[in-house]
Order: sequence, then C-alpha cells, then structure tokens
Amino acid sequence: MALLEIDGLSVHYGDMRALAAVSLEVEEGEAVTVLGANAAGKTTLLRAISGLVPCSGGSITFEGQEITHSPAHERVERGLVQVPEGRLVFPFLSVLDNLRLGAYTPRARPQQEESLAFALELFPRLQERAQQMARSLSGGEQQMLALERALMTRPRVLMLDEPSLGLAPLLVREVMDRITAIHQEGVTVLIVEQNVAQTLKLVDRGSVLENGEIALEGTAEELQASDEVRRAYLGI
Amino acid sequence: MDLALQIIASGLLTGGIYALLAVGLTLIFGVLRVVNFAHGEFMMLGMYGAFWMWALWDIDPYLSVFAVVPAIFGLGLLTDRLIIKRTIGAPEVTVVFATLGLSILLQNAALTVFSADTRSVTTGYTGTALSFGEVRVSIPMLISFVVAIGLALALWAFLSRTRFGKAIQATAQNRDAAALMGINVQRVYMMTYAIAVAGAGAMGAIAAPVFSVYPRVGLSFVITAFVIVVLGGLGSVLGAVIAALLVGLVQSVVGFLVGAAWAEIAYFVLFIAVLVLRPQGLFGRRGAEVYQGA
Ligand SMILES: Nc1ncnc2c1ncn2[C@@H]1O[C@H](COP(=O)(O)OP(=O)(O)OP(=O)(O)O)[C@@H](O)[C@H]1O
Ligand SMILES: [Mg+2]
Repeated sequence: MALLEIDGLSVHYGDMRALAAVSLEVEEGEAVTVLGANAAGKTTLLRAISGLVPCSGGSITFEGQEITHSPAHERVERGLVQVPEGRLVFPFLSVLDNLRLGAYTPRARPQQEESLAFALELFPRLQERAQQMARSLSGGEQQMLALERALMTRPRVLMLDEPSLGLAPLLVREVMDRITAIHQEGVTVLIVEQNVAQTLKLVDRGSVLENGEIALEGTAEELQASDEVRRAYLGI
Repeated sequence: MDLALQIIASGLLTGGIYALLAVGLTLIFGVLRVVNFAHGEFMMLGMYGAFWMWALWDIDPYLSVFAVVPAIFGLGLLTDRLIIKRTIGAPEVTVVFATLGLSILLQNAALTVFSADTRSVTTGYTGTALSFGEVRVSIPMLISFVVAIGLALALWAFLSRTRFGKAIQATAQNRDAAALMGINVQRVYMMTYAIAVAGAGAMGAIAAPVFSVYPRVGLSFVITAFVIVVLGGLGSVLGAVIAALLVGLVQSVVGFLVGAAWAEIAYFVLFIAVLVLRPQGLFGRRGAEVYQGA
C-alpha cells in the first residue's frame, strides 16, 4: 500500500469543478511531480490533500488511514506537510518565531531546538536575520524560510507548490538542491513546479493535470521523452 | 497648572478603562475578521454580575472580577461554538447580522431579567478621592484604571511572549499558513473570542463602582471603543491602549474648554483627521486587514 493514496478526488468551487476524479499514489521515499498548465488545478490538488479546501468526492488515505475530511492541523500532526504557493511566511513575526511555529505540533515540539539549530546552521542568512520580521527578507530568503519552517514540522511527506516561483536562476538552483537533499534524507516529496526540466531530474514519477483531470502518467524518463510534455512544458 | 493636571488625570483615567474594552474588540477583528457588535453586551453582563454579587452577597466589585471573568469566558466559548464559528467565511453581512443580532438578544434578555432600572453599586470607597496637591483623583477610578491597563498589557504580553499567543498572531497574519503549521485554527478563533469577551466582562465588573448599569449601557461604551480601535489601527493591541488614553484625554480637555456636549464631537474629528492623514490608524499596518488567506 502506498504512503499517500488519492482516489477519485473531486473539488468544486461553487458550481465550478476544479478537480474531477483525480487519482494519484505516492510510495514511501518517492519523489513525484504533478505538471500542468496555469489553472489546471495543481494548487487545488495540494490544498485538498492538506485539508485547506473541502473535497466533494473521492478519498485521501495516508498511512492506510482515511483523512479525506479530517482537519488540516491533524494532517500536519501526522506528517503530511506543505510549503504553499507564494510561501506564506508570517510577515510580522520574526524569522525565529516563524521557524519555531513549524514545531508547533506535539510530535515536532520535543525536537524544536535541534531542528532550529540545524536550519540556522544550514542558512547563515536566516541566522543573521533571526530577530527581524519575516517580511523584510528577500524572496529567496523567504522561500528558504518557508522550506525550513515546513521541515521543523518533521514531515513524512513534503508537498511543495512552485517553490522556485519568482526566484533568480541562481536561487532556483539553491532551492532545488535543497529539495533534492531533503528527499535524499528520506522525506517523501510531492512537487508542483514550472521549472519542469530541473524537476524531472529530481523526481521518480509524474502526472500531468489538464483541466482538473489526469491526462498522462509515467516515470520521469517517460515524461521526458513524451512529445506532449516536451512541447507543452519543456519548450522543445 | 493644577487645573490642567486635573483635566489630564481624569481624561487618562477614563481612557484607561476604555482600553480593556478596545483591546478585545481589536483582537477579535484582527484574528477572526469579525466585527463584534455584541462586545458591549459582554461588558454589560460583567457589570450586572458585579452588581448582583454586591447586592445579594455584599461582594466587592473588584473581587467579583474573579468570578465574572471565568463566567464570561465560558459564555464566549459557547457563543463562538453556536454563532461566530458558523459565520466564518460567510459574506460580511452575515457576520454583521449575527453579532448585531446577538447584541440585541442580550440587551433584551437583560431588559427582561433585570428590568430597565438603572442600578449603581455603592461601597465604602464610593466618592472617596486621593489628593495630590490641588489635584483630586477618585479612588475607584484609579483602581479601575490600574486594573484595566494591567489586564490590557497582560493580554499584550500573552500574545507576544507565549507559544499560544504567537499561534494567535500567526493565525491573524495568515490563516492557511497557520493551519499548515499544525495550528488548530478553529480553536484559536474560539479561544481568542472567549479571551476578548472575558476582557469586556472584566471591564464591566471594574467599571461597576464608577458607572451605573442598565441593559443598554454597553452601547455607549462600545461606540467609543470602535473609534479607539480604528484610531489605534485595526488589530493592533498596543495601538488600542494608546488610542484609548488619547481619546479619554481629548474628551476631558475639550469637555472642559468647550463643554461636555463637544467632547464626543471632538474625538470624532480626531478620528476623521487620523483616518485622512494615516488611514491604517496610529499603530496599524497598512493593508494588515488583507493578510488573511492566500
Ligand atoms: N478559491 C477559489 N475560488 C474559486 N475558484 C478558484 C479558487 N482557487 C482556484 N480556483 C480556480 O480553480 C482552477 C484551478 O486553480 P489552481 O489554482 O488549482 O490552478 P493551478 O494549476 O495551481 O494554476 P497555477 O499554475 O496558475 O498556479 C482555476 O480555474 C482557478 O481559477
Ligand atoms: Mg498553483
């Protein structure tokens, strides 16, 4: 049984159907991507998995337990964690407080200081600005903060929604390298990225979402070779 | 000179009492994005609580705070469960009607149970005053001021120093991100509402030795509190405390120089002036009210 199983998931915004019977499985230790054009429903899928939008049909199972309708904070407690689109750091809290809030759940709290020391050592820039409000950070620094804050929760599955959005090429590299390292440490990854070429190097498998439906599935190599993916996402 | 000091002192004392009402109101707005029109009614209930404990059992109003706060806190939890929680995410008019309806309900319940009579607490210290040279300061006013400012600052310390306080701030700044940290947002809302209305109840109890109580007493106080909240900056707890002192001061100074009838007009003028010059209020953050959600 897969670690995360999404089966026939549908989401509606009012009358509009944003996801139609989407199924997806993520095995323990895998890295999986979801590709798709703008408005295809990628963010909606991740928000539904996190419990930020209600599902109108289908089911979500994590570690064999159904969580389709459980509240968002319980999913985090279980280890199903997301770095959302747009980073969403807490702008008027200090960098340190942002990080500490990552260890808010009872499961993560005992390791708070250890996780914190690790994150600050890894990113001296966060250390230097530990006492400043998060909104004073640059875009790249905010993305690192969002990433490290999510890691403070001790995730089993880390979902990332366009982590490189709006970053300069050098920073994109840094972010993608960090995600690779996180994956190699044993965290299961589900990633949505515009930067398809780099993402396909990182992941094992992927699905393509079109108008709220899965249009194509395959291994990273298969997707890399697919005409459709090459034309639509790799610009080749 | 002494006269000036006298006017300043009485202005600050009144303002300080308002501070406790205003911080709760600004907190509910900042965290839940709910304008709590029923806020004054929780203060009214606190006043009645203090009044009846004094009338029936001869309990000092300042001591009754220890019973009033837990009782109103419990009522706040219940109100959130039954009413406020159901309006989160609903169109703004729904929220307005819900809290306005609650306000009318509580006023009429008080009218039915307690009648429209105006009641006052008289204790050994009613009418007593301390003299500093020519300046006389009413003792019950002074005690109420100290307790109100103390509680308002305690609330601020709770929000800025404790883990749960930071979770409340995080929820105010971005609800979705807070949920993604494993914060139970519904619980944060419920606790915030209950803490804030318990503050209004405490303010009612400590105001009982100074002001008379009647079913609609909350209304006159809450209107001033709304002005203070906007003046201080929506959602800013420290801003509300400072704005409360400022409004008390303006009321007192203008009331003396021009006449009591002008005092209220004066702080509305101040209010409008601040909004024109600094729309986010004295201590608010521009756009802070749109930091909710994605
Ligand atoms: N809160 C909402 N209310 C109504 N419609 C929404 C909401 N959020 C998203 N949608 C709609 O649902 C569809 C899918 O949106 P979604 O954000 O999931 O797409 P996406 O694949 O993440 O796009 P992008 O690449 O631009 O981030 C879009 O048509 C969008 O307009
Ligand atoms: Mg998106």
